[in-house]
Amino acid sequence: MSLYQGVFKRDVHIAFKQKAELLQPLMFLLMVVTMFPLGVSPSPDTLQRIGPGVLWIAAILSSLMAMERMFRDDFQDGTMEQYVLSGMSLAGISAVKVCVHWLVSFIPMLVLSPLLAMFLNLTFDMYVALLATLLLGTPLLSLIGAIAVGLTVGLQKGGVLLALLLIPVFIPLLIFATSAVDSAALQLPYYPQLAIIAAMLLLALAIAPFAIAYSLRVSQN
Amino acid sequence: MWKWLHPYAKTERAYQLCVTLQPWLWAGAGVALFVGTLWGLAFAPQDYQQGDSFRIIYIHVPSAILSMGTYVAMAVAALVGMVWQWRTAYMSMIAMAPVGAVMTFIALFTGAAWGKPMWGAWWVWDARLTSELILLFLYFGVIALYGAFEDKQQAGKAAGVMALVGVVNIPIIHYSVEWWNTLHQGATISKFDNPSIAPEMLWPLLINLLGFAFFIGAVTTVRLRNEIVLREMHRPWVQALAKKQVKGAQ
Repeated sequence: MSLYQGVFKRDVHIAFKQKAELLQPLMFLLMVVTMFPLGVSPSPDTLQRIGPGVLWIAAILSSLMAMERMFRDDFQDGTMEQYVLSGMSLAGISAVKVCVHWLVSFIPMLVLSPLLAMFLNLTFDMYVALLATLLLGTPLLSLIGAIAVGLTVGLQKGGVLLALLLIPVFIPLLIFATSAVDSAALQLPYYPQLAIIAAMLLLALAIAPFAIAYSLRVSQN
Repeated sequence: MWKWLHPYAKTERAYQLCVTLQPWLWAGAGVALFVGTLWGLAFAPQDYQQGDSFRIIYIHVPSAILSMGTYVAMAVAALVGMVWQWRTAYMSMIAMAPVGAVMTFIALFTGAAWGKPMWGAWWVWDARLTSELILLFLYFGVIALYGAFEDKQQAGKAAGVMALVGVVNIPIIHYSVEWWNTLHQGATISKFDNPSIAPEMLWPLLINLLGFAFFIGAVTTVRLRNEIVLREMHRPWVQALAKKQVKGAQ
């Protein structure tokens, strides 16, 4: 167990040493959201109507930006090879790394979310629903995303390819998350949507670490 | 039980199997497509509501069903490759990918052409249309990932993982969009005990479905043969084959 703790501590330390890499996806998120009132309409009603979708799409896009670095440095400097050879479970290490990635890239996003909700004129009920979907949905983004990141980590140009692979896979999450926030806007219960997202999260938690480990081995060749 | 299957893990045996199967598949595709299409387009009765324009069903439904069937076949091939470490399984997976993508495109295209006179729009964001479009994206993802790797062995494994992630996701996508928005009519021919389509309309459809399946099989064997020859160029049997071909041409 202490070995996994060591990996955890090391990854958190490294993440906080690379502040630019942490902040850039957040700024990207902020700027994407800013473009919508300018491009669509600044009217509060329109913004409230499109807000949940805009926030979730922006969150998915910025998470795609942040995701690439999940395994990249470890892969390039050979740390990943050491992990594979160390005899520790690669699935366990992947789970730890995904966890760290979620903590350092999505928690700041959650912190930023009240500001974004205010920009898009969401009501308090909608914001609560949004926060719930983000809390359940973003770990799912990290887990599923990590499979594709593991596959593309050895490629020189992974960026657009990663988006191409992941966007179709994220569509159900987008549908359920935005519909939960829409239900909240109409004062309807949104537990069914949250329950489905939670179910998908549990499925991913059970399967994804092994898939990530397998894809890292494929990349390692 | 699976012993008879194992020799086909060798590329040479798989190649020979393709050579044997190919004429039968082409013949089956030719006969079934000819009979089914002619029957469907010329002899099946008109629809009481849609008139003649319903006849596009004979292309639309088989391609739509088999676009999904091909994806599942790809995922099965990927799983076989992963479990038994067969290179030929990955090769057949990637041989199927563009064929399936084209089927998906045909389904979308004929659907749009059918939707315009019936619904008054080329495209609506309906559940089935959307999930078919996402299926096309999943195919693109697998093909793009395979193309991105230099080492085709590794490429097959990586694309296989993505195909499996997609196949887990297909039912989720299907139900999510179903729940999100539905305009498309319900399933017509899957309820076999009590189909909501007249038998004289159903028969040509089933024959065309078979024809499309044969056609996909035939194109896949051609592509698989190409893939095997390209990947195994250094093997003596491929070189002997190439020499024979050159001599035959002279």
